[in-house]
Amino acid sequence: MIGFAAKRLFGVAVTLVVAAAIIFFLLDILPGDPARFMLGINATDDAVAALRTELGLDQSAFNRFFIWLFGLFRGDLGISFSQRMPVSQLMAERLQVSLPLAVGALVLSTLIGLPIGIFAAQNRGKLSDSLAMILAQVGIAIPNFWFAMLLVIAFAVTWRIFPPGGFVPWGENPLLAIRSLVLPAVALALPQAAILARVMRTALVDVMQADYIRTARAKGLTKGQAIWRHGVRNALLPVLTIMGLQFAFLIAGTIIVENVFYLPGLGRLIFSAISARDLIVVRSAILVLVAMVILVMFLVDLAYALVDPRIRTGASRDDG
Amino acid sequence: MQIIEKPFKKSLLAAMVIGLSTIGAFASEITVGMVLEPPHLDPTAGAAAAIDEVVYANIFEGLTRIDQNGAVQPSLATSWTISDDGMTYIFSLKTGATFHDGTGFDADDVVFTFNRARAADSTNAQKGIFAPITSVNAVGPATVEIKIAQPQGDFLFNIGRGDAVIVAPESADTNQSNPVGTGPFKFVRWDQGSRVILEKNANYKGKSVALDKATFVFISDPNAAQNAMLAGEVDGFANFPAPEALTIFEADPRFQVVRGSTEGETILSTNNGKAPFNKLKVRQAIAHVLDRQAIIDGAMFGYGTPIGSHFAPHHPFYVDLLNTYPRDIEKAKALLAEAGYPDGFKATIKLPPPTYARRGGQIIAAQLREIGIELELINVEWGQWLEDVFKTKNYDLSIVSHVEPFDIGIYANPDYYFQYDNVVFQAIIEKLNVTADETKRKQLAQAAQRILAEDAVNGYLFQLAKTGVWSANLEGMWPNSPVEGNDLTAVRWTN
Repeated sequence: MIGFAAKRLFGVAVTLVVAAAIIFFLLDILPGDPARFMLGINATDDAVAALRTELGLDQSAFNRFFIWLFGLFRGDLGISFSQRMPVSQLMAERLQVSLPLAVGALVLSTLIGLPIGIFAAQNRGKLSDSLAMILAQVGIAIPNFWFAMLLVIAFAVTWRIFPPGGFVPWGENPLLAIRSLVLPAVALALPQAAILARVMRTALVDVMQADYIRTARAKGLTKGQAIWRHGVRNALLPVLTIMGLQFAFLIAGTIIVENVFYLPGLGRLIFSAISARDLIVVRSAILVLVAMVILVMFLVDLAYALVDPRIRTGASRDDG
Repeated sequence: MQIIEKPFKKSLLAAMVIGLSTIGAFASEITVGMVLEPPHLDPTAGAAAAIDEVVYANIFEGLTRIDQNGAVQPSLATSWTISDDGMTYIFSLKTGATFHDGTGFDADDVVFTFNRARAADSTNAQKGIFAPITSVNAVGPATVEIKIAQPQGDFLFNIGRGDAVIVAPESADTNQSNPVGTGPFKFVRWDQGSRVILEKNANYKGKSVALDKATFVFISDPNAAQNAMLAGEVDGFANFPAPEALTIFEADPRFQVVRGSTEGETILSTNNGKAPFNKLKVRQAIAHVLDRQAIIDGAMFGYGTPIGSHFAPHHPFYVDLLNTYPRDIEKAKALLAEAGYPDGFKATIKLPPPTYARRGGQIIAAQLREIGIELELINVEWGQWLEDVFKTKNYDLSIVSHVEPFDIGIYANPDYYFQYDNVVFQAIIEKLNVTADETKRKQLAQAAQRILAEDAVNGYLFQLAKTGVWSANLEGMWPNSPVEGNDLTAVRWTN
C-alpha cells in the first residue's frame, strides 16, 4: 500500500510542475496590461510605468515565471496586483465559503442520489425504476442556475425563510453562515444527485449479474441481503470516481450559482481576477485548484485500493 | 413575475425559521447594493469607480468636496483665497479634525498628500490633476499654500475628487486594505467578495451623520440584485444594473425609482487616424445615420439623454447640438459616395462588456447597414479593450461611456485613442485650461463642443443615465453622480 501511494505521489509532483508552466505561459499571452487596467484610461503613462515597476511587470516572462515558481516552493502564492493582499489570504477567505458549500452539496447529493440509485436497481424494470430514472433525467436536464433562481424566488423573496444571497462570515454567526449556504447547496446538489443515482443504478445492475452474487443467492441470501452485503460495496468503485470529479467541480466550477447567490466563493474570485488581469491571483488560484483536484483523485485512487485489494497488489480486476 | 409582485407576508413558518435573521433595515442602518466590488479601498491609487463609490465623502475627505449638483463645497478646507494672478491658493483648514486612527489632521498631511500624488513614482490614476502644481507649503498648522504654474479654471473641482482626498503619512501605505480618513464614517471590516462595513465616526468634527452603520454589498448579477431588493436584504442601489427590471420597482410602493444622470458621455468611438474614418465625409455620413433615440430605447430601455457633442446636458456650459447632422439616409449615402464609397464598406466594431455597448453595437450595426456599412461585431473584455483599442489603437469603431466629469479636453491630445488632431481645437482647450472667468470659460467650452460636433469626431449617442432604486423611506441619496461616489452623509430614514 505504501509503495503504491509513493508511486502515485511522484506522479502528482510532476503533474503540478507541468501544470504550473502551462498556466503561467497561457495566461501571459492574454492581451491586456494589469497596470493600465488598474489606473484607467485617464492615467498618465508615467504613472502606469511606475505601477508596472512596482508590480514587477517590467521583468521578462521567464524571470517572472521563476520568481513565481520559487515562491510556490516556499509556499508563497504571491501578492495580488489589484487587491495588494497575499493570494493565500484571499483564497483562504473564499475557501471558507467554497469548501463547506462543496462538502454540503456532496453530502446532500450522496444522501439523495445513492438511495434512489439502489432503489431503482432493486426494482429494475418495474414502474418505480422508470419513474426514478425519469426523475433523475429531469434533475440532470435542469440547469442549476435556473433551479437556483426558482429557489430564491420561492424561499427568499416570497416566503423569506432563507436569504436571497450573500454570506455571513463564520466568525460573526455560524448559524447564519449555514443558513446562507442552504439554498446554494440544494441548488448544486440536485443535478449531482441525479447523476449519482444513474451511475449507482447502472453499476449495481452490472454487479448483480456477477457470479459471486449468484453464489451468494445460492447460499441462501435474499436479493436484498445480496445487494447490501456484496452488491453495493462492489458497485461503489465507479460511484467514487464520479464523486471525486464532482467534488473538484463543486470547489471551483460553481461560479454561476455563486453569482445567483452573490456568494464570495472561489469561482467568483478567479472570474473577477481574470477580467481585472490580476494574473497572479488567477495563476496561483488555478494551480491550487489543480493541486486539489489531483489530491482528490489521489485519495479516490487510495479509496479504490481500500475497496478493492486487487488494485494495490497490481492484479487486474478481471483476474478475480 | 406574479410571484415576485405579490405583496409578501412573513408566513408563520418563515417567522419560526428566521428567529435569528436580520430581515429589513433598522432605522439607523443601511445596506447599499453595488454591482462591482472595489479592488482595494485607496482612492488615491486606482481608477476603479467602485473604490470611490465606497469611500468618497464617507471615509475620506478632500480639501474641497463636490456636492450632488456638481458644485464645489468646503470640506477639510473651510475657506480659501486665490491670488489675483490665479496661481496661488491659500487654504484655511478645519481645526481639531482627526483621522480615524486618532492621529491629528493638519497642514502637514495636506503637504504630504499632494507631494505623494505628484511624485515621480506616484501611481495616482489622475496624476494630471496635480501636474500644474509647482509647490505645496504649510504656512501654519491650519494654513496651506498651493502654487500652480498657470491659472486653472477647474482646480478647486479637481482637488475635490476622490483621487485628491487627504491621507495621513501614518496610514497611506495601508489604506488599500484598511482605509483611514477623516470622514464622518469609519471603516469597520471588508469581507472580501461580499461586503464592506462602515460605522459612524463618533469623533467627527462637523455635522454628524444620521446613519449608525452602512454596509456596501456587492452583487454583480442583475437577477440577484433584483431578488435582494425584493427580499428586503438590500435597501437600495445607487445605480441599478438592469434597466429592464425598473418597471417592477416602479409598480411596488416599497421602492422609489429615481432617474438621474451620470457624467458618462456614451459615444461611438471612431478611429480618426484610420481609413476610411479619417475622412470627414465618412464620419458625417455616420452621424446622419445614427438614430439616438432608437439606440437609447433599444439598448437602455429608454434611460438616457441624447447628446450631440462630448458634453453633459446637465452642465451649465452645455449647448444643444443634436441637430448638427439630423437623421437623413439619402444625405448620408451621398456623403459616402462623395468620400469614394458609393457602395459602403466593411469595418469592425469592438464592444466592451457593458450593456450599452453590447446591445448598442447591434442597433448601430443595423443602422449603418442602411447606407451600406457592414459592421463585424467583436466582443472584447475590458483588458482586451484597453490593449487593442485604447493602447495600440487597432480598431475601427467601439462604444464606450467616458465617465470622467468635464473631460472634453481628451480631444486635445492627438495621441488619444480617437487620434483626432485639430490645432484649432487644441488651442481652445489650452485657453480653457488657464481661464478662470466663468463667462469666458463658457464661451470656450461651447466653441469646443461645436467643433467636435461639426467634425463628427465620434458618433455622439447619449448621456448614461443613473437609475437609482431605493426604499421609499430613504432620503438623501444622490439622484445624479457629478463625481464618482455614494455620498451617504445626508442619507437618513424617514420612518
